[in-house]
Amino acid sequence: MVVAVAEESRGADHARPWIEQAKSDYWQLIDTDHQLEDLYNLVNVPQAIWIDEQGKIVRPPETAGSTDHFRGMDLKTRTMSPQAQEERLAARVAYMDAVRAWVNTGEHALPADAARANLPKVTPEIAAARAHFRLGVWLRANGRAAEGDLQMAEASRLHPESWSLWRQAADLDEVGKASGPDFWKRVQALGERPYYPPPKL
Amino acid sequence: MTKILTPLAEFDVAARDGLWMSPVDATKVTGWTLKPEGMCRDDLCVPLPASAVGINEVDLAAFWTKLGGPVVSSATRDVWALGAPPEERNAALEGLEAPDFTLPDVDGTPRRLSDLRGKKVFLATWASW
Repeated sequence: MVVAVAEESRGADHARPWIEQAKSDYWQLIDTDHQLEDLYNLVNVPQAIWIDEQGKIVRPPETAGSTDHFRGMDLKTRTMSPQAQEERLAARVAYMDAVRAWVNTGEHALPADAARANLPKVTPEIAAARAHFRLGVWLRANGRAAEGDLQMAEASRLHPESWSLWRQAADLDEVGKASGPDFWKRVQALGERPYYPPPKL
Repeated sequence: MTKILTPLAEFDVAARDGLWMSPVDATKVTGWTLKPEGMCRDDLCVPLPASAVGINEVDLAAFWTKLGGPVVSSATRDVWALGAPPEERNAALEGLEAPDFTLPDVDGTPRRLSDLRGKKVFLATWASW
């Protein structure tokens, strides 16, 4: 069973066109407060968690099929080289094949110790960032945008590794801003570090 | 009234000077109950300093901070957010039991992860941004 969760503080109607286009028969949920990111300590989209029949995590949060090839795109034309597109697609197919293999045979499920070792740790700063973000979303939803933005900026300051906190705040400020010039500056500032750490399959 | 946001819910309570409130409201917001030995949940009690307990009131911010959870507020202190204590989150994840949640689908129908027990679940996030 696939459960797709939209981390979408603008709400269901904003996510609806993508959901309708997907024509899915699985759950498509709306997470305006980014609850899932709080519960599972997520930092970006798409991330996935594999959960077995007993409700146990068998693969902790990891990048779900996306790659860093976008970082090489031509920003004027917003296109990637054919080779980059091919590699990107191959990585996505490989990840989805791994998901299917797990469903059919159990392959790729990690033993408990390995699953535990790969869990990202929640620090006091991350916990505080979540609280500021939660408050920021509420303030924005209740007509207090300037105050909400201050809370969200504090959230990103406390948890700079979270792309979701920063990009959601940028999107609430203005649709499109989450992939605008400030986003690219932040991506460039990563240097050698990955934007989408590849899953260790 | 003071608005208090917790990770999964929100409450309106009568509070003064920050988050001083009745023990009944403190229980409503946190699930912890004020007893002579401190704030208690099941068999566990967290002792509170005398400065955090008054006559029929308790300083919820002091308790939550003692628990290790973040307490933040709007500039005008009318809206507060209590975050999950990081150790609680880490312990839950290290137990490897998938944290349960209920979220609405796109038409508003609530869906609970644990209702899918017995099936493998590929839980994935996405966003329009």
